[in-house]
Amino acid sequence: MARKRAFDLRNQTGFATVAMFTFFMLYLPMAALVVYAFNAGNSMAIWEGVSLRWFYSAASNERVQDAALRSVIIAACAASVASIAATMAAIATTRTKPYPGLTFKYAFINQPLMVPEIVTAVALLIVFSRIKVWTGYSGIGYLIAAHSAFCIPFAYLPIRARLENMNLTLEQAAADLYATPWLVFRRITLPLLRPGIIAGFMLAFVISLDDVVITEFVKSGGQDTLPTYMLGQLRRATTPEVNAIATVFLLFSVLLVTAFFFINRRKA
Amino acid sequence: MRGTALPQAQPAEEWGVCVSESAGRNAIDVRGVRKVFGSGDGQVTALDTVSVSIRENEFFTLLGPSGCGKTTLLRLIAGFEFPTDGQIMLHGEDIALLPPFRRPVNTVFQSYALFPHMTVAENIAFGLEMLGKSRSEIDGRTADMLKLVQMEELAKRKTSEISGGQQQRVALARALAPQPKVLLLDEPLSALDYKLRKEMQLELKQLQHETGITFIFVTHDQEEALTMSDRIAVMSTGKILQVGSPHDIYEHPAERFVAGFIGETNFLDAEVVATSAGSATVKLPSGKQIPAGLPEGFQPGSRVSLAVRPERAQIVAADADATLAGVIDNLVYLGTDTHFHLRLDGGEAFIVRQQNSSGSGINFATGDRVGVILGDDAAQILKD
Repeated sequence: MARKRAFDLRNQTGFATVAMFTFFMLYLPMAALVVYAFNAGNSMAIWEGVSLRWFYSAASNERVQDAALRSVIIAACAASVASIAATMAAIATTRTKPYPGLTFKYAFINQPLMVPEIVTAVALLIVFSRIKVWTGYSGIGYLIAAHSAFCIPFAYLPIRARLENMNLTLEQAAADLYATPWLVFRRITLPLLRPGIIAGFMLAFVISLDDVVITEFVKSGGQDTLPTYMLGQLRRATTPEVNAIATVFLLFSVLLVTAFFFINRRKA
Repeated sequence: MRGTALPQAQPAEEWGVCVSESAGRNAIDVRGVRKVFGSGDGQVTALDTVSVSIRENEFFTLLGPSGCGKTTLLRLIAGFEFPTDGQIMLHGEDIALLPPFRRPVNTVFQSYALFPHMTVAENIAFGLEMLGKSRSEIDGRTADMLKLVQMEELAKRKTSEISGGQQQRVALARALAPQPKVLLLDEPLSALDYKLRKEMQLELKQLQHETGITFIFVTHDQEEALTMSDRIAVMSTGKILQVGSPHDIYEHPAERFVAGFIGETNFLDAEVVATSAGSATVKLPSGKQIPAGLPEGFQPGSRVSLAVRPERAQIVAADADATLAGVIDNLVYLGTDTHFHLRLDGGEAFIVRQQNSSGSGINFATGDRVGVILGDDAAQILKD
């Protein structure tokens, strides 16, 4: 092996140090948050021993229960709407010959990734307040609509990736074997697309669950989601209860992302 | 709701009946079909006014180099593309504009295109299910098909768990299960290794014989085409150049491209001296006159190209009576045959293939001056 070695970043001096530093900067704050969730005392800064009291406290707090339930309902509805819309959008943008304007369409679908969230939030606030006046309706529907909109690109990306990798000949083969376009979709495209749709749904679900900015602007009184409730708590005297909620949140997200990973790997 | 939208797709009768009552009829008539892809400056003519008739129960091969339009023609018959112009008749009915699911025609794809989320048996049953057949009929025919391609034991396997050769059989069984009127095969053997390909060639031919279904087979492999086909259509640059039996195509190529594409061929310049029905006398540059096979449309006096198969020429010691004379440039010993690469006196290259039979006993070496004699039916006049 007299061949000259290719340049490998990993062999450079200081690489490990930088990597470790980055790693700690990313995870140390999170570790601190998780550790203090188990604090027996009332402070987020002074350690007084191990206890699960803040988990019990959070779990029995009616406002937390209420906000958590609302978060889950909104996330489930928004992720469903977004997945359906994203599936249709992905099929429309991949099952076609490239044409002028297709790139623009990609950009349009992914718009929520690029437009600053605060702009969307203010815009929605203005539009929805008008609609509230006209219709008198001020329920959770606005939040679901807003969340669905910004979740679409997150659901769209994995679905589109899967569609692009799918062998088009399979759909032709099904059509050749007397399947009508609808049956081709139901029997071939959809089953093969399922891992992508599940991945898209889970991604959208987590993104919705996590949202603060748009929710804060769009929600009416008494419509706190878990993140906006936590934000509200931080404005007052804070207790490790917020840490406990955040820890559960983190655990939930990690589980979802792990599941996402395994679903994608199994079928790829 | 399945099956309700499929009034056209009735690949009906038993195979046996098909065979006896319809021999000699045309299964497919392609009439003046043109296919242009793209528009404006980017226009590509994939098929240039092609007409061909494919008979009932025939093993018909579309042969040509890649880009000649053979796959496009197959896809037009399958319904994955629609012609720019022209008609495609299936038993006298124009199907050119029907979607694929309304045509009683099935395809074996080059990549097999087996459904990865279904088992072998589910793949085979798919077409029957889509036709709305009863469960018992589906199960019965699926079992028959599994037996036909000897895949009974692997019925419950996922298609990713079987070998390439087995996938090939499943693809065949899946396409045959709905009893199509015509089976289209798009280079189905190209992914197999040499030995398996040889086996499958015979098996396919056998299967075609047993089922009595018309097979339209696309390949770029001339040997495959000669081995399997009842008739071959040789294609180049969007046109069909010649249609005929393997024997016709090989022995009487009509055009230079056909002669060059199928097997090895020597080309000679000549002038037509006299013509009669199907044959002519031509004069070589050396002044020698020989008989040659004649396609239509040549008058005495025309300058023509002759094709001579290497095995139809015989090498002899230099002699004034020989048709051609030259020097051995190179000599390739191939066990059963020896190939003599000659440089003729006119400067042209010429190959002679001679069998190494025990009696031949002639020993020539590189650099020797030799003569070549041509059999009476060795030379064929070509349309250029």
